[in-house]
Amino acid sequence: MQLTSLTIREASEMLAAKQISSVELTQATLQRAHEIDPQIQSYVTITDDLALEQARQADERIAKGENVTPLTGIPFAMKDCISTRGVRTTCSSKILEDYVPQYNATVTNKLADVGAVLMGKTNMDEFGMGSSCENSALFNTHNPWDLERVPGGSSGGSAAAMSAGLASFTIGEDTGGSVRMPAGFCNVTGIKPTYGRVSRYGLISLVSSFDCIGPMTRDVYDCATVLETIAGHDPQDSTTFNSPVPRYTQHVTKSVKGMTIGIPKEYFVSGMEAGVESSIQEAIRTYEKLGMKIQEVSLPNTQYALPVYYLLLFAEASSNLARMDGTRFGLSVAENAKDVIDIYLQTRHEGFGDEVKRRIMLGAYALSAGYYDAYYLKAQKVRTLLRRDFELALSSVDILLAPTCPTTAFKLGEKTNDPLEMYLSDIYVVATNPAGVPALALPCGFSNNMPVGMQLIGKHLDEQTLFQVGHAYQQVTDWHKQLPPL
Amino acid sequence: MTNKIDTDMVKHVAHLVRLGISEEEAQKFSPQFTSIIDYFNMLNEVDTENVPPASDITNNTNVLREDTAKPSMSREEFLKNAPNSERGYIKVPTVLGDE
Repeated sequence: MQLTSLTIREASEMLAAKQISSVELTQATLQRAHEIDPQIQSYVTITDDLALEQARQADERIAKGENVTPLTGIPFAMKDCISTRGVRTTCSSKILEDYVPQYNATVTNKLADVGAVLMGKTNMDEFGMGSSCENSALFNTHNPWDLERVPGGSSGGSAAAMSAGLASFTIGEDTGGSVRMPAGFCNVTGIKPTYGRVSRYGLISLVSSFDCIGPMTRDVYDCATVLETIAGHDPQDSTTFNSPVPRYTQHVTKSVKGMTIGIPKEYFVSGMEAGVESSIQEAIRTYEKLGMKIQEVSLPNTQYALPVYYLLLFAEASSNLARMDGTRFGLSVAENAKDVIDIYLQTRHEGFGDEVKRRIMLGAYALSAGYYDAYYLKAQKVRTLLRRDFELALSSVDILLAPTCPTTAFKLGEKTNDPLEMYLSDIYVVATNPAGVPALALPCGFSNNMPVGMQLIGKHLDEQTLFQVGHAYQQVTDWHKQLPPL
Repeated sequence: MTNKIDTDMVKHVAHLVRLGISEEEAQKFSPQFTSIIDYFNMLNEVDTENVPPASDITNNTNVLREDTAKPSMSREEFLKNAPNSERGYIKVPTVLGDE
């Protein structure tokens, strides 16, 4: 038995039965990370000493039987855009390369409170801007299934670390597919919760009205376990919902018989890799066998989701990233600066990578006089239509099913010369974020030996149904149990 | 509607976001911006007459709290990350020039 391929549930049961200790589990995970991660490069920072200290504390808690939860003593890794007090938080950017937050994100605090063990911070596209992790200003992350391929993005480090068994779960962040798309590329399960379900306090914002923190795990049950721990109202984030968080894990085993899955016809158009399409069709047949009804639905504005998403992203990001100005924290380039503007210009020129520069400039363009109505305002109006599309489609079915990406993981360097082509790889995952609805990604097969992902999209705050339907699938398939050949 | 984004426009928006930019970079970004914005122009096809712009997707109403003073991060702690500080303040060169 290999400790590093256990689910949270299995590890937690063994911890409770005193068959293993958290220190043993953490040591095994750290050792594997040090052995394997040099090939994959999923971690920006590994916090060995802190992890072992937290593991010792977790073992004490378990020994005393005090406040033990399913995550007590479980090692996890966090995307490097979520603040961890005293642990470097880079957003994989030169501008924050040495930035050490003085406070924790709410999610960090919640995981610390239950005694989860922080293994380290994972690589990402700089500030979350990318679909392959190649926009990390620090280094590229490799897909554990084929080291010449990308892990997807922007939570590529979290997906790769989860896939390779370098943590028992990871935390990602999804602004427009950044959990689901890499989950699909790396054969892991991950959720983008409803906007406002998980506190964004301490998350370094990319798009404040899209950003959703979500877990990445081995299976749906684990995903439900982590989400019920990190979700909930937070006075520090006024966009969080006040409603209680359901105990998702208690209801995942409910039968799906008689429920209806909607298949959005606009998601099944030309350009999809044959092996992806056949895997999705096979998944639909599996659900039919489970007694679910299948119904075609329409999301008529789907083709506009990508321009809406990117325009609003550019606009909000150009504003959010204004704080990276070289005066209060992070990189500061002040050579011969004659005034404060010189510090801004030089710091941002040296500190931001090309994709960040492109996006904040285009954001300023879309917001500037003469273009605001044509781009920003227009995008916000079409966003209303996107949201109505989901409301209407989900009024006649329980959930929607779609692929996470038209292809499997592409090769490193394949799309780096053409920013627009890279944007197009997000085509299936971006629409949910402007609409705010939740979506669960899970493995559903292989195409040319690379993993294929599908996503289940649900109604606002109905993560419960996503977990139930996802769990039912994983009871009769074993795609999620396949591990990369490392 | 086709908008060519020339190097002057690239430099203009770079200045708006306080981003230093070289001539070579402006030349590199110009055609990329033109093709990206050209792609976005497909939104013109959509009829948005009488469609309100989205503002909030949670349906939350205003969230208020008591305006009470609470302890916050100490000045010393806060300034740990400041590149340059003096006597408890962040130090920068001239903010307002003579112009």
